[in-house]
Amino acid sequence: MTITINGEERKVDNAITVRALIEMLDLGKAACAAEVNKTLVPRREHDSRRLNEGDVIELVSLVGGG
Amino acid sequence: MLQTPHRPAVHEEPGQTPFHIAGRTLNSRLFVGTGKYKTYDLMRESLNASGCNVVTVAVRRERLLNEQGRSLLDFIDLSKFTILPNTAGCFSVEDAVRVAKLGRDILEQLGHEGSDWVKLEVLGDKKTLLPDPAGTIEATRQLAKDGFKVLAYTSDDPIAALRIKEAGAACVMPAGSPIGSGQGVLNRSNIVLCLELLKQSDPNYPVIVDAGVGSASDVSVAMELGADGVLLNTAIAHATSAVMMAHAMRHACIAGRQSYLAGRIPRKLYATASSPWEGTISYIPGE
Repeated sequence: MTITINGEERKVDNAITVRALIEMLDLGKAACAAEVNKTLVPRREHDSRRLNEGDVIELVSLVGGG
Repeated sequence: MLQTPHRPAVHEEPGQTPFHIAGRTLNSRLFVGTGKYKTYDLMRESLNASGCNVVTVAVRRERLLNEQGRSLLDFIDLSKFTILPNTAGCFSVEDAVRVAKLGRDILEQLGHEGSDWVKLEVLGDKKTLLPDPAGTIEATRQLAKDGFKVLAYTSDDPIAALRIKEAGAACVMPAGSPIGSGQGVLNRSNIVLCLELLKQSDPNYPVIVDAGVGSASDVSVAMELGADGVLLNTAIAHATSAVMMAHAMRHACIAGRQSYLAGRIPRKLYATASSPWEGTISYIPGE
């Protein structure tokens, strides 16, 4: 299925979990927060939350800022 | 051989009482940003030199390229510093609330002590980075209702500051001047009025001057006016020597607070001699 991750369209496995997506993108090492369709998916739900066709995902982390 | 006089540590300096804010107790009244440094190593050295306890960070998209990069958190000792996520780059209430929640989730993942605070920015304009007053008030209200301790960036307008406090902010942070502009405290009167209004019902309500600091003396000015703390980033990160400026800021913050507590002399139009007139051997004109 096609979803949008951080502004880019990507093809991923159907019903992939948030956790699996993070692992697939090799973002699993550092603390990474996830949002699906503008709603936070808390870390404790990363393993259970499955994504759907057309979902818009944001994967974020902490960077330098004032 | 000359003995180096004992230099007191920050917490031993006269007048340096702990700073209670958003359920935390801090020794340093300086909050320092982690942005704009040439290198992460320089950032780390500067943060150490500043003596700050709290550092601000931003929340941004992960790069999807598989880069062999080291991340910000590799250079911040979480046992020494408390992280305060910001909502920089948000121009709407909705976006600021989204970013605040993402920041909180990351802090929870890190097991960071106290994940519930956020530096709220709801911006009105990209060129000036001035805050949107209505948006800031509404975002404060929503985030406070969701359990956040909101440290709200605002202008030096005393009424806007008061409305933000009334909306539930744990701390109000009036700007000295635009972010990164280095102009220092442009309107001292307004900062004094902000302090007066915000502390009227609670003298311990925290007020931090945030934004526009350019040099160490700007920090002292803010502290001398009675601010509880100062937040800055660019003044250190873009100084010719960031580490030297961080040291200067550390001293300036302490000095400004001591000056405020000491009680300054009034400003007068005419002179008052420091040496006595009595007993002079000199000729004094006019007598």
